[in-house]
Amino acid sequence: MVGAAESISKPVAQSKKRGLLVDLITRLVKEKPLGLIGGIIFLILLFTGIFADLLAPYGMNEVNLVARLSPPSAQFWLGTDTVGRDILSRIIYGARVSMIVGMAAMVLSLTISVTIGILSGFIGGKFDLVVQRFVDAWICFPWLIILISVMSLLGPGLWQMIIVLGVSGGIGGSRIIRSAVIGIKENMYVASAVAVGASTPRILAHHILPNILPPVIIMFSIGIGGVIMAEASLSFLGFGIPPPQPSWGGMLSGQGREYMLLAPWMAIWPGLALSVVIYGVNMLGDAVRDILDPRMRGGIGRYGGGKALSIKQKLNKASGLQ
Amino acid sequence: MRNYLIRRLLLLIPTLFIVTVIVFLMVRLVPGTVVDVLLAELATPGSGGTQGATAPDREELIRKMGLDVPIHIQYGHWISDIILHGDFGDSLRTRRAVTETIAPKIPVTLELGAMALVLAMLISLPLGVYSAIRQDTIGDYVGRSIAIALIAIPSFWVATMVMVFPSIWWHWTPSTEYIPLTHDPWGNIRMLIIPALIMGTHMAGGTMRMTRTMMLEVLRQDYIRTAWSKGLMERVVVIRHALKNAFIPVVTIVGMQLPVLLGGTVIIEQIFVLPGMGRLMLEAINKRDYTIVSGINLLIAAFVLVINLVVDMSYGFLDPRVRYK
Repeated sequence: MVGAAESISKPVAQSKKRGLLVDLITRLVKEKPLGLIGGIIFLILLFTGIFADLLAPYGMNEVNLVARLSPPSAQFWLGTDTVGRDILSRIIYGARVSMIVGMAAMVLSLTISVTIGILSGFIGGKFDLVVQRFVDAWICFPWLIILISVMSLLGPGLWQMIIVLGVSGGIGGSRIIRSAVIGIKENMYVASAVAVGASTPRILAHHILPNILPPVIIMFSIGIGGVIMAEASLSFLGFGIPPPQPSWGGMLSGQGREYMLLAPWMAIWPGLALSVVIYGVNMLGDAVRDILDPRMRGGIGRYGGGKALSIKQKLNKASGLQ
Repeated sequence: MRNYLIRRLLLLIPTLFIVTVIVFLMVRLVPGTVVDVLLAELATPGSGGTQGATAPDREELIRKMGLDVPIHIQYGHWISDIILHGDFGDSLRTRRAVTETIAPKIPVTLELGAMALVLAMLISLPLGVYSAIRQDTIGDYVGRSIAIALIAIPSFWVATMVMVFPSIWWHWTPSTEYIPLTHDPWGNIRMLIIPALIMGTHMAGGTMRMTRTMMLEVLRQDYIRTAWSKGLMERVVVIRHALKNAFIPVVTIVGMQLPVLLGGTVIIEQIFVLPGMGRLMLEAINKRDYTIVSGINLLIAAFVLVINLVVDMSYGFLDPRVRYK
């Protein structure tokens, strides 16, 4: 019994970043076929975004008035839009936008979440109380309404969008990190480290950071889907990436809507692309969460309490009682 | 129990204060002062601004908008107007009171939101529970895939296609004329059912996953294992022991989904041309009518705060462990 407990707690204390990722990917491939499909979709998105110039048959704004509103054909695989631009090419370039905004905003968001979460969770006390009031206030605002308000103030643009999505997502996500940090703080090894006289930076770097990696990875993989959807929604409403840069949300927006009665294919492809990508990314996120830790979540009510796994729970998991 | 309630209420006040500050600052942070923006727009003919009056000069506009005092005094004026007089100011465009403009839109959005919520719960709760008790079987995978699909498919895409394709195939569009509930209940429901269905199914995806997670957590508990080992039938274990405890967080889930719900109404109301708060918000932002924008923001945030408070308080009521912390 004791031996089993030791061998289970070892990976947590000694896991290095590289070991975690490699292990994650291996298990993903072996155990989670759906997650693997999601991962492949995500990789295709990255690939399309990066190599859009090479992949797209036409330019993203190559106007061809003779061929406007033509249905899918051999020449234009997905048809053309109101001014004769090839929809397939625009979808490919739209992938670039989704990819850039998704990744950049997520990185920014996670950085903010981790910073706020660690500071708030670790320092605790009055500081924590005050900061959590801010976070509480922030998450009261429906995200779309905050995003629209801020984007209307800042004006449309790629960077503005990344910053807005990153900051607003970051503040909201800090709660999860904070719960995780609080859970970790309760463990014996942190108390021991303090007793031995470890400095705070050392505790943070050696004990806290490696152990919040699982929630961070989970938040990243699931969050990308949300960010892509948010960007599409904003562009749809006209507050996002301004034309001429194509964005999947923007391609569905009001300007094209009258023409959609004449050219219904215009309404299909961008939405389909969005659905497939967000679906894949969420599948990936789900699989990652299942692998890393099905119970490492925080901030969902007080029911789970956001505590890290206890020895008993780890034993249950290991003995296959899932 | 009382201590818990009092503590919870006390926590509300600073949060509410910060909410008002955020709403207040959001508008004041417009690059280039509000005044210059407004002056430029009011001065151009045909902008629908002051209805024939000459464009006010800058000083007068600053004075009228109360911008000539330091910012914390401005905040003081604004917040005291709201709390003491219920006066949210006047629309910068139509000069009608903000409360007058927003009030008729509220029931529409509320009704839409309520219908969507009910539909979402009807779909997601049974599916979530089923997915949890049949974990890792085909049923579970199908259920989870459906849930993720519901989240992934953008609601504005579905709504657009619902507007476009039926008109091509069957020459039919959803009616765009709003029928109030009091005039004709059936017509009203018929009008809102499609938007509510779209919103509800989208929400159901997320809620289903949360329900599944909560249910799974309950099922791992010792008392459930005891029930199993006692030889109770699955139906009894699930219904009598697990469900009761799994549904406590459902209340929390509803509270958490509220901002998402209200955000979704913006898009749906825009597409289906419903006279609700979401569409008003979009119009106000496009017309730079900042008083209305502030008013709506404040209302919605306060509403969410209050609902969360109610949820938390009911939590203390439903879950005895919380009370005695």
